[in-house]
Amino acid sequence: MSTHKGIEEPSYLDYKGKYTGIRSWILSTDHKRIALLYLFSIMTFFIIGATLGLLMKFELIAPGSTIMDAKTYNAFFTLHGIVMIFAVVIPGLPAVFGNFLLPIMIGAKDVAFPRLNLFSWYLYVIGVLLVLISQFAGQQAPDTGWTFYAPYSFRTAGNMLPAILGAFVLGFSSILTGLNFIVTMHRMRAPGMTWLKMPLFPWTLYATGWVQLLATPIVGITLLMVVAEKTLHIGFFDPTLGGDPILYQHLFWTYSHPAVYIMILPAMGAISEIISTHSHKTLFGYKFMVASALAIAFVGYFVWGHHMFTSGMSGTALYTFSLLTFLVAIPSAIKVFNWISTMYKGSIDLQTPFYWAAAFLFVFMVGGFSGLILGSLAANVHLHNTHFVVAHFHFIVFGGTGFAFFGAMHYWYPKITGKMYDTTWANIGLILFFVGFITLYSPMFYLGIKGMPRRYFDYDAVFHAGNIISTMGSWILYSGLGIIILNLFASLKRGIPAPSDPWGGKTLEWTVPSPPPLENFDETPIVTKGPYDYNK
Amino acid sequence: MNKPADIHRDDEASKTGMWLFLFTEMLLFGGLFVVYSVYRYINPTAFHLAAHELSVFIGTLNTILLLISSATIAMSITAIQKKNKKLALLFLCITLLLGLVFLINKYFEWGDHIKEHIYPGSAILALRGQGDVLFYGLYFFMTGLHALHIIIGMIFIGVVSVLIYKDKINSGNFQLHENSGLYWHLVDLIWIFLFPLFYLIT
Amino acid sequence: MEPTESETHHIIPYRTLLIVLSVLITLTLISVLVTQISLGTLTVTIALLIAAVKSSFVLRIFMHLKFESRFLASMVVAVILIISAVIFITLLDYLYR
Repeated sequence: MSTHKGIEEPSYLDYKGKYTGIRSWILSTDHKRIALLYLFSIMTFFIIGATLGLLMKFELIAPGSTIMDAKTYNAFFTLHGIVMIFAVVIPGLPAVFGNFLLPIMIGAKDVAFPRLNLFSWYLYVIGVLLVLISQFAGQQAPDTGWTFYAPYSFRTAGNMLPAILGAFVLGFSSILTGLNFIVTMHRMRAPGMTWLKMPLFPWTLYATGWVQLLATPIVGITLLMVVAEKTLHIGFFDPTLGGDPILYQHLFWTYSHPAVYIMILPAMGAISEIISTHSHKTLFGYKFMVASALAIAFVGYFVWGHHMFTSGMSGTALYTFSLLTFLVAIPSAIKVFNWISTMYKGSIDLQTPFYWAAAFLFVFMVGGFSGLILGSLAANVHLHNTHFVVAHFHFIVFGGTGFAFFGAMHYWYPKITGKMYDTTWANIGLILFFVGFITLYSPMFYLGIKGMPRRYFDYDAVFHAGNIISTMGSWILYSGLGIIILNLFASLKRGIPAPSDPWGGKTLEWTVPSPPPLENFDETPIVTKGPYDYNK
Repeated sequence: MNKPADIHRDDEASKTGMWLFLFTEMLLFGGLFVVYSVYRYINPTAFHLAAHELSVFIGTLNTILLLISSATIAMSITAIQKKNKKLALLFLCITLLLGLVFLINKYFEWGDHIKEHIYPGSAILALRGQGDVLFYGLYFFMTGLHALHIIIGMIFIGVVSVLIYKDKINSGNFQLHENSGLYWHLVDLIWIFLFPLFYLIT
Repeated sequence: MEPTESETHHIIPYRTLLIVLSVLITLTLISVLVTQISLGTLTVTIALLIAAVKSSFVLRIFMHLKFESRFLASMVVAVILIISAVIFITLLDYLYR
């Protein structure tokens, strides 16, 4: 369905603009190139974070010190968290797939503010550099965990300032991306594409954009307050000066809980695209999917206290947060039902992205249910700060956002690169990854219930067996990851050329060539139908 | 003046983007208002007494200066729309001047406190008690962050003034000017709340 | 997608701006006078209410919100509500400890 004008327009990869070589990348304001800049940086930091995780698991294969001491372990889990949260999963899907696909999916040439887009990436790079500096400058690497809890975060000898400032700068990058996407969707939808004809992935990016915009500044100012504590002894969170450390936790989680919705909403959008296309069926309950995305973003703003149930909050706060936490699960459940209903009586095409989506449904549900358990006050008292929590968030964040990221990677790979990946290797990688993932994280539920604390480099011998299984899972996971990434790289050279629409998708990105030309469309499309128009 | 580039210009997008950025600024200060609410609730008497030490006169004067500057920048936009370049520049100059006087007042206000050894981290302040430490911590941090935004706003207005002088901003192309006005008004809005919360809670 | 006539060409008269300014200054002076009288907790409430009224003038006239899209005005309200909700819920902790 792509319109050709007789002259073959070069793809965005072959396009020759003002700059050549590396400058044509790092000075480009083309949303597609910026997406790839983000992809390259995010994958680099994902591999760094994953390697840290691998080494942490190796330390935990036996009680006592295995390959590192306690101080090093503390530094490792701190960096692992900072990198994974701020440099990988929060930017993740929006920065890579949002940047690449959003304009195309709404029929636009680019985002609303292309130069601001490039600036967001520069901020990302500065942010991660600051975080890395914290490791190598100063007396000691940061050891507070990615949560920077006060008062330890301003009393520790760890090199907190660059890490905190790095997180601040990364937050700014996130804010500007959200701002850009919101304005893009308000102003640049193609003629005929009303809000309710917009596909789910853009809708989830829209909801995410508001969360990025409205939640991130709160952690920004909180981090600045910690800097003021450390440098000026201002007293906001210092109990010796009248401050309340719990107030730090309130402010920190007021952002960091909505942050998990920044992580999961675009993932849910991508899964909606994949499931609809590979079921050759209209997405079930489109309006409910839109409404639930907005509901998750909104209600998610008010549940932050469930990270603080054992901190000493009042009873009233405890009940309020627990109730709201249960409520926010409802729109997520609606989505799961609608995904399954989409598949029901569809014409399923068993492609790699579909396998990722199916795996996502499983791990997301496990993660979600374990979240409800943690949201129950009585259970939380026992499970807080144990490995149960670690299992919960890895299932829902790594399982949720991570699986969706890899699903999206394979789904849109033909569009982005113009090549098809090797399906056999992709599926082998996926199987290894999935088996490794379940092996790595499932024991942690049990270990947590039995009482194994998190963020400790040592543990009681009674937890040994579970830890051995878990660590072996990390090896399987890591090798699956290796195969997946190597396959995607190798297919760049060796993959067969991809058509515009390899999957039979109905959204606008499948109407342009693979890879797309610089300005995406030869002529601005006029939209008459809704997305996912499969004639059932 | 309609170059082909103008066709791709979207003033509404630019304005929307600016408003979205203002939302982030509101939430940035919002976090500090959360801290203020909590510590005010816990230390009502100390806050009440400490507020007496601030000069209501200077606070009121600063409030009025900022309100006038808001009016002058709004008038500069009316002027540019009416193609009155000189008047627009005059109003912008007055806005900048008022901002400068605000900062000078702040400098003397802070100076008076610092002379008495009242500043974040000072031992004298710590001796006065936790309520005072928190009040002045919030006072310096919030008015300090606000002053930083005044400086940023003045730089923005300065840039806009140069562009008006060079006719790059005119009655057919003034969204950047409007955006600078929006930013300045936000700075005024924040002060409208800071003023009663620090000076009038006596 | 082009800006409509009313959006680009609406000009606020100088007179309106000056009237709003005098209202704002008057309200400021009132709030100072009111707080000189000790009315207990009511004093601060009144001061904040006056601040809210002043803000609505700045937002609606100076910042042109009265003439902007309903979406923008609703989002301003939403942001204020979110900040208030966060303050309220946080205070649920401190009020009931």
